[in-house]
Amino acid sequence: MSTADVVIVGAGVVGTAIARTLSAYAVDCVLVDAANDVGTGTSKANTAILHTGFDAKPGTLESRLLVRGSGLLREYAAAAGIPVERTGALLVAWTGEQLASLPAVAGQARRNGYAAIRPVPVPELYAREPRLGPGALGALEIPDESIICPWTTPLAFATEAVLGGVKLQLNTWVTGVTPGGPAHELTTSRGALRARWVINSAGLGSDSVDALFGGDGFVIRPRRGELIVYDKLARSLLGSILLPVPTARTKGVLVAPTVYGNVLLGPTAEDIDDPSDTSTTAAGLSSLLAAGHRILPGLAAEEVTATYAGLRAATEHADYQIYVDGKQRYACVAGIRSTGLSASLGIAEHVVAELAEAGLPLVSRGRPAQVPVMPYIGEAGIRPYQVAGEIVCHCERVTRGEIEDAMSSVIPPDDLGGLRRRTRAMNGRCQGFYCAARVSRLFAGGRA
Amino acid sequence: MTDVDVLVVGAGPAGLSAAAELRRLGAGSVLVADREPAAGGIPRHSWHTGYGIGDLHRVMTGPAYARRLAGLAEAAGADLRVSTTVTSLSSGPEAMLTSPHGRERVTARAVLLATGCRERPRSARLVPGDRPAGVMTTGELQQRVYLNGEQLPGRAVVAGAEHVSFSAAVTLAHAGADVVALVTEHPHQQSYAAFRLGAALRWRVPVWTSSAIRRITGRGQLAGVEIADLVTGAARFVPCQTVVFTADWIPDHELARSAGLALDPGTRGPAVDTTLRTTAAGVYAAGNLIHAAETAGIAALSGRHAARQIAAALVAPSAPSAPAALTAPSAPSALAAPSVRQSAAASAGPPARQAAARVRVCAEAPLTWISPNAVPTAGPVPGPPLGRFTLRSSEFRPVARLDVRQDGRRLALSRPVRLIPGRPVHLAAHWLARVDPAGGPVLVTVA
Repeated sequence: MSTADVVIVGAGVVGTAIARTLSAYAVDCVLVDAANDVGTGTSKANTAILHTGFDAKPGTLESRLLVRGSGLLREYAAAAGIPVERTGALLVAWTGEQLASLPAVAGQARRNGYAAIRPVPVPELYAREPRLGPGALGALEIPDESIICPWTTPLAFATEAVLGGVKLQLNTWVTGVTPGGPAHELTTSRGALRARWVINSAGLGSDSVDALFGGDGFVIRPRRGELIVYDKLARSLLGSILLPVPTARTKGVLVAPTVYGNVLLGPTAEDIDDPSDTSTTAAGLSSLLAAGHRILPGLAAEEVTATYAGLRAATEHADYQIYVDGKQRYACVAGIRSTGLSASLGIAEHVVAELAEAGLPLVSRGRPAQVPVMPYIGEAGIRPYQVAGEIVCHCERVTRGEIEDAMSSVIPPDDLGGLRRRTRAMNGRCQGFYCAARVSRLFAGGRA
Repeated sequence: MTDVDVLVVGAGPAGLSAAAELRRLGAGSVLVADREPAAGGIPRHSWHTGYGIGDLHRVMTGPAYARRLAGLAEAAGADLRVSTTVTSLSSGPEAMLTSPHGRERVTARAVLLATGCRERPRSARLVPGDRPAGVMTTGELQQRVYLNGEQLPGRAVVAGAEHVSFSAAVTLAHAGADVVALVTEHPHQQSYAAFRLGAALRWRVPVWTSSAIRRITGRGQLAGVEIADLVTGAARFVPCQTVVFTADWIPDHELARSAGLALDPGTRGPAVDTTLRTTAAGVYAAGNLIHAAETAGIAALSGRHAARQIAAALVAPSAPSAPAALTAPSAPSALAAPSVRQSAAASAGPPARQAAARVRVCAEAPLTWISPNAVPTAGPVPGPPLGRFTLRSSEFRPVARLDVRQDGRRLALSRPVRLIPGRPVHLAAHWLARVDPAGGPVLVTVA
């Protein structure tokens, strides 16, 4: 058995970002994940917003890496063809209590180094968002808040990593670790792995992995967020992300456009025990509908395209749980909660710098980073159907060529869910009424 | 850039029948665009028999019927293009098409929208729980079984107890599934006796009435559904590997809506008058886009009706029934959404709006929709397809009369009819001549 320099456990947006950053160096790296694809946990089911970090707690590691990471991701997305739209956000106050807290929110943004936040008078708010429900008392504008494709992002990172020499090993569940002198030995569902360094970016499973290294500093407390995706015909109801004002009692729900041209409503916030329970609930969905219809009454007449739930990897701590132990040759990158997508490249940069300091030899490969160009699946740019093609998924206008490309890509999908995240096929309003049988056939043919 | 006399969007029963009829009536060049790889629409993958009775006067299976309609349209000289998607429609009328050969701009003297309807999926019905594989609509089920040849072993539950629900049960049985039950929130099933008996006797499928699927369970693959008894409130877990959400139709109105056509709040398809004209000049709609869902034969006859109106308008463009944009192709406001009181707004408006002058026809609860849903007020008033309006009810009523009034004045009182959710109710159109063109909307209620 050969010994890798680094094994990264967990191929979510954070693990793939670290792998991608490490691939610039002459490091023999293996990226493993228990699932059959990259980005299948918290990374695939979230609000898909590229945060500026304006509302982070000032002075925290999260705040610093979020601000740094969102800037890096903006640039990376432009180069890699990750759909991003700078829609801006409006943080809308609906009660006197919320209105009173707006100056504090603006002050916090400035302490986080975000100066562009500004108050929006009520008439201007309704001029910008004429379909907003009645009763808004005031708002703040955060012009740089953006929407992003949460599926293309980890896929682009992983693709760059694999092209750069990182070995991606999916369906690999790490069940045990024998910490050792020159190398750790990891027991997995697909045999043993040896590595001099181990990076734990296992998201919802990061406390279990941490315990294998003797850690006991935190416990993952999955926080479930249910979300509703509305039909594309609802997209014209809003222009910006409509954020709630967080208060002591509730964090509130947001309404946001998506890069696929839909409207997203959510999330709920519910602490649960099972780190794999991504089911939606009748109570959760009805509470979202009630909130959504107040914020944007026009939603009540629109069709729901999808509902889903994601789990944030929260801990009992208010900040990220990131530490690098040079003696043990182990890095823990945990407790990333709901900001991992926006902060991912900042986290990766930080972790790799800490690794170098802790003794991981990093020698540049001496070639510039090869940012991959990903298939563009957003609505803001040109998609294949706007040129030519046989449209197979009609609701999302996905062409046969896009599906065939995905099947022969660097990291091909292993199931229909993976194909959906790469192409949007079957994600539309009909949810497969027209296309599921044909897309399944193309998927099976592409694997044969 | 292509110029045609008529662009038909959708090659299902309505679109194909319209195309054949347009050619027969000498309406000029007819281009039929369909986004699927074969023409025929839903019947392509609906393997049971009973197709063709109403429109072709013969009985055949869905696929045979689909081939027959496509053959008739082609033989009549229509240009059928498959794997061709109409991605946008604007005033003119003008459409953008995408196909493997590229993009194409098509201008037409008239456009017929025949984009059909689909079943609302589990997500739109807000059924909570996990998101496993094995949850589908009848449309997906039929294509998986009849086009892909897939087997679906294990237990299956069908949501709904309408005609299509029994059809789904038959398809499931063909695919090797053991159909546990049809589940309906209604106190009775809603299918036709002959069809129901066939399915029930041959496959012994029970119907669980006053019941609803409340939750879906299974990680990866479906494990089962939680079914609530709406009378007692009791819930139980029913293990199954497949669940099919049937009926609960919604018109495929995306193209119509994006083009700015007014939709009828009841049918959720384009608002159409008895000539099947929409609120956009030169744009007509037919089939299950305007009445989701009727049988294929009814959709076909609706297409033929639209074809006759279009042909009349094209042959005599100065006739009162002709949409203004056919003679003034660049009317800027042609696709503007009309007001609720279309008749009042239109009679005072510019010529393009006058073309759409109409009195709305509305159905009130427990009636959920009526189609067509307007009466033209300019020129002679042709009757609706088959001389009747079609309605739906959300409630069962063994005996009911439909009361037709305008501004409180009774226009007609129907003979006794039976109301069954999901089944058509018909209203004869003999009262059309009594509609006051300057009056308010016509209201249809259950007397």
